[in-house]
Amino acid sequence: MSDLLITGAVVWNDREAGDPREPRPGEPADLLIQDGVVTQFGRVDAPAGVRRLDADGLSLLPGFVDLHTHLREPGREDAETIASGSAAAAAGGFTAVLAMANTSPVTDTAEAAELLYDRGRTVGLVDVIPVGAVTKGLGGEELAELGLMARSRARVRLFSDDGLCVQDARVMRRALEYLKPFDGVISQHAQDASLAGAGACCHEGEISGRLGLPGWPGVAESVIVARDVHLARHTDSRVHIAHVSSAESVEIIRWAKDRGIKVTAEVTPHHLALGTELVASYDPTFKVNPPLRPSEDQEALRNALADGTIDAVATDHAPHARHDKEHAFEAAAFGMLGLETAFSVVHHLMVTTGRMTMIDLTRRMSRNPARIAGLGGHGRGMGVGRPANLVLVDPQRVVTVDRAASNSLSRNNPWHGMSFKGAVHATILRGEVTAIDGKVQHP
Amino acid sequence: MTKHLISSADLTRADVEAILDTAASMHDVQRREVKKLPTLRGRTIINFFFEDSTRTRSSFEIAGKWMSADTINLSAKGSSTSKGESLRDSVQTINAMAVDALVIRHNQSGACQQVAGWVNASVINAGDGTHEHPTQALLDAYTLRSRIGELDGKHVVIVGDLTHSRVFRSNVITLMTLGARVTVVAPPTLMPSGIGSWSATDGFATSWDFDEVLSGEDRPDAVMMLRVQRERMSGGYFPTPREYTVGYGLTRPRLATLLQRNPDVLVMHPGPMNRGLEISADAADAPSSVILDQVSSGLAVRMAVLYHLLAGEGSAA
Repeated sequence: MSDLLITGAVVWNDREAGDPREPRPGEPADLLIQDGVVTQFGRVDAPAGVRRLDADGLSLLPGFVDLHTHLREPGREDAETIASGSAAAAAGGFTAVLAMANTSPVTDTAEAAELLYDRGRTVGLVDVIPVGAVTKGLGGEELAELGLMARSRARVRLFSDDGLCVQDARVMRRALEYLKPFDGVISQHAQDASLAGAGACCHEGEISGRLGLPGWPGVAESVIVARDVHLARHTDSRVHIAHVSSAESVEIIRWAKDRGIKVTAEVTPHHLALGTELVASYDPTFKVNPPLRPSEDQEALRNALADGTIDAVATDHAPHARHDKEHAFEAAAFGMLGLETAFSVVHHLMVTTGRMTMIDLTRRMSRNPARIAGLGGHGRGMGVGRPANLVLVDPQRVVTVDRAASNSLSRNNPWHGMSFKGAVHATILRGEVTAIDGKVQHP
Repeated sequence: MTKHLISSADLTRADVEAILDTAASMHDVQRREVKKLPTLRGRTIINFFFEDSTRTRSSFEIAGKWMSADTINLSAKGSSTSKGESLRDSVQTINAMAVDALVIRHNQSGACQQVAGWVNASVINAGDGTHEHPTQALLDAYTLRSRIGELDGKHVVIVGDLTHSRVFRSNVITLMTLGARVTVVAPPTLMPSGIGSWSATDGFATSWDFDEVLSGEDRPDAVMMLRVQRERMSGGYFPTPREYTVGYGLTRPRLATLLQRNPDVLVMHPGPMNRGLEISADAADAPSSVILDQVSSGLAVRMAVLYHLLAGEGSAA
């Protein structure tokens, strides 16, 4: 394994309680990485022949962790593969992604989880951590082999029927209970099917009324969030709310956290930044589940991310083949790309506006998601002995998104043509540079 | 005039008036023994229907033929994700045959707007999901205008399943474009979401109480009853058809009230009717009813739309 010296970067290291064994946050430092771990920091005199990464003017952050990625392999390799999705993740500054279970076949066995995990390792650009299905075949009725997935080489801790909500309260309750011995967590796609059925595709409000599109009201999310925080309290187990989209859900999560209920939550960059009005063109690029919400919801989500009610940013990166998006709006596939743009959007929207500090951003995009998913090697500090899973960003550089330039196989990119202040420069996975300026560096 | 007719909002007041004036001269053509006009000779119009329709499709077909266009009817089933052909592929295949106009009916909202972005032909919306049906609104305006003159200041009441009605969405736009005042009436479960802010922004009135509207100070000049679809009747939106009729049907007593206040009031329905549910037989067949006029206006108005979108300069008839 090659050694690496990063020089001059401002280190945004989330050191706890002023631990002197960790670099001081907000100050420039050199970092020497050997055999995948940090061996020196401060002012480092590099040994001869070490690869140098000149990072003057850049910021060094812990590598991002995405709790919510769709890699489409196995099953829809025309939309994304583990290789192309890993490349997009590395380009976006991620060192670990949680790969959702709604593939074909579904990740509901240890064997399926290990297949994903091993293929991710072979590609080697990002740690691909499988998310296990909660129920067999995402059917919502019988528990999947949760324990076997947890015991497998893939060490599954996060379980989700994402794309579908675990509708049955009794199934949800049993799953929450069963997961406790291995500290598992259920990431719930909160959508009450009787209030927002399969056809629901536009935030219910004036815009859906005018457009004649089936409404997906915020209450279809918040009633499930309310139910599930009560189930988490009752079972004393952990529930995680995926892609929170409504102000009402935020209120419930805040209420639950105040009472010590073990609930965590994520928000996507698109729910923070994009509004319902984009759907008025009927462009299915903007069709996503849950749907884009009005500005009141966006504002509540931004506040909740800033104050920590929402723990993490997650992309819900959802690649789709072009022909699956070129149907009439109601029939087109749900979802949008997100891995390559997440940092730029969140930095622009939350940090350049002063709503969050860079340390806050590292917590929302690295430390908290790593903890929620139980990943010991990610989202940690930068002291001696720490695994070197890092990202170098340029907080000053303005990027204009070009969907044609993506590492993803798909082009359903809602950010095309938009500009953001803040760019990912380089991503480092266990000391190896995996991407520089959007270009993958193959090991 | 616009290249496409996707939404009633695409038309200015001048556009609507030009179409209605042309429709009047087309209406005269309809009464001739030989109905053929050479206006669209050499033009190809495809009626591409992703949803079943008899009257709209035949009306567009005859309109095209009387104007000497080559009209071809195609039907297809709207496909779903990852099964079958994408909408884009379906319409681009047709577009590649160098057609001049695509008249599209689709069971999903927004389909016509999407198609307009993918083809060179003029796209005419013949009804998209629960979104709009602009030629229906034009023929309704034509019917009204030919009976009661200019619509400025006239009061039109639209009653029924507004949530799922493309007729309502287009009519409210076109009627207001022509200066009419509009009140829409439905039970809360059949009012589209956001109707409060929507009606406030656009300047029309809403009510849950049909009788209050009928007896209100602002007496109606026309009442348009909307069809209630069978699939809404099973208790999801209102308890029983009987209860719907009592609250929102144009019953014999309600017709009497209307006539008492305004002997010239017009009764409209876009069809097909559920007699005895949203409209009583007395109302449908009353002298005030212009329901059949609506059908015959459809032809003239669609000829006028084709003329304005496809023919160059020059006179129509």
